[in-house]
Amino acid sequence: MSTVAQREEIEARTKVFLVEEFEVQEDLILPDADMKETLALDSLDYVDLVVVIQDNFGVKLTAEDFQRIGTFQDFYEHIEQRIARA
Amino acid sequence: MGIWSCLGKDLAEVSESLRIGRSGIVFDPVRKEMGFRSALTGKVDMPDLKAELGRRQRVGMAEECFYAYAATAQAFRQAGIVEQTFLDHEVGILYGNDSSAMAVVEGVDALRRKKDTTLIGSGSIFQSMNSTVTMNLATIFRLRGINFTVSGACASGSHAIGMGYLLIKQGLQRIVLCGGAQEVNPIAFCSFDGISAFSVREQDPTRASRPFDKDRDGLVPSGGSAALVLESLSSALERGAPILAEVMGYGFSSNGLHISDPDLDGQVRALNMALKMAGMGPSDIEYINAHATSTPIGDLVEARAIDAVFGAHRPLVSSTKSMTGHECWMAGASEVVYSVLMMQGGYLAPNINFEEPDEASERLNLVSRPMDRRVDVLLSNSFGFGGTNSSLIIKRYAS
Repeated sequence: MSTVAQREEIEARTKVFLVEEFEVQEDLILPDADMKETLALDSLDYVDLVVVIQDNFGVKLTAEDFQRIGTFQDFYEHIEQRIARA
Repeated sequence: MGIWSCLGKDLAEVSESLRIGRSGIVFDPVRKEMGFRSALTGKVDMPDLKAELGRRQRVGMAEECFYAYAATAQAFRQAGIVEQTFLDHEVGILYGNDSSAMAVVEGVDALRRKKDTTLIGSGSIFQSMNSTVTMNLATIFRLRGINFTVSGACASGSHAIGMGYLLIKQGLQRIVLCGGAQEVNPIAFCSFDGISAFSVREQDPTRASRPFDKDRDGLVPSGGSAALVLESLSSALERGAPILAEVMGYGFSSNGLHISDPDLDGQVRALNMALKMAGMGPSDIEYINAHATSTPIGDLVEARAIDAVFGAHRPLVSSTKSMTGHECWMAGASEVVYSVLMMQGGYLAPNINFEEPDEASERLNLVSRPMDRRVDVLLSNSFGFGGTNSSLIIKRYAS
């Protein structure tokens, strides 16, 4: 898979689980938007976010990983790098 | 009151089923594929609560919580209880529930598959505990009074009402939502099926549950949820709440004997305690909603207990489990809801499928056909594994 295609796939799948499972408004999921502010998740929601990310991309994010992620763009890049390393 | 069961999804629908004697029992082929001895079950639809509850509220709710939310919301609505009521008063909640098997199994399956506890997800712990209903509903409705779950096997729902009654009678609570909830999935019932407790009359599902009938061969599992708002009379009058009926007595006992066999003495003691607490005698009870589940030994012992206590007075008796199947943890609450619906509607629900009595049930005054009858005082029995017994006496409210 090319890098562009993979990035698009990550973005598309992220949108699907955030909209369907976390009931996030789709038009708020913008690359430059702050992920934590947009999702407004509590500590329990983060556990479920870890589960759906693992289900979708096969990588498990830690609390430290989330601290380094600011925008959705950061999230997509993080996932892309983790997939590349796997 | 509120109800979500195999007889309907609200009070009106359920009352109509009761009035005409409509069964909610079906054959579930999935159970047969799983290795069940009996694939019979009550058919209970899952409420769609996406529009009413957010993801965070739903994620910790096990199957039975969905039913319980639906029943509880109905009960609060009927009682005129709104958000402000929860702010003005410490409204409590007591639910009968004795398992959340599906949630436990799904959580453990996720761990076995993923080998990482985080990947079980956040909802599993709140779904897996027996108190899943009360913990979720107390949070959703922001209840600030008594808050716990009663696990008393198949008498759980009845004991929950009894506990609520005692707390109000003691002046410790003014409003308590009491109920019962029961998951209906196959995992919840597989081990119960494994001890040959279920009817195998699979070719004729609606005739399989036949309490007190000579040819009964076991119970049919079912579930859902039932809820009742219990409130002190002064509080209800002050709020201008519609008062449907009064709890007059709660009798309880433990057999102290076999884990699954019923006991005549234990049941008689519970019945007599309920009568004593209500300040009533056997002749005051006009109708008994029997526990009778359609098992050979259970119905036999209950018929003898009813005969021993009520004898020549011969109150009318029916088991609504003939239509619903055995709603287990929920049954003690749902059968009070069913009975109060009959009281309101001026009819008695029939004990369907009762065709021929055995040596004990021939001494009972069984209602085998739909009957128009005004009843002012009734009694509801619930008995469970471990020898736990509960009898409640309910009276029409006369202002």
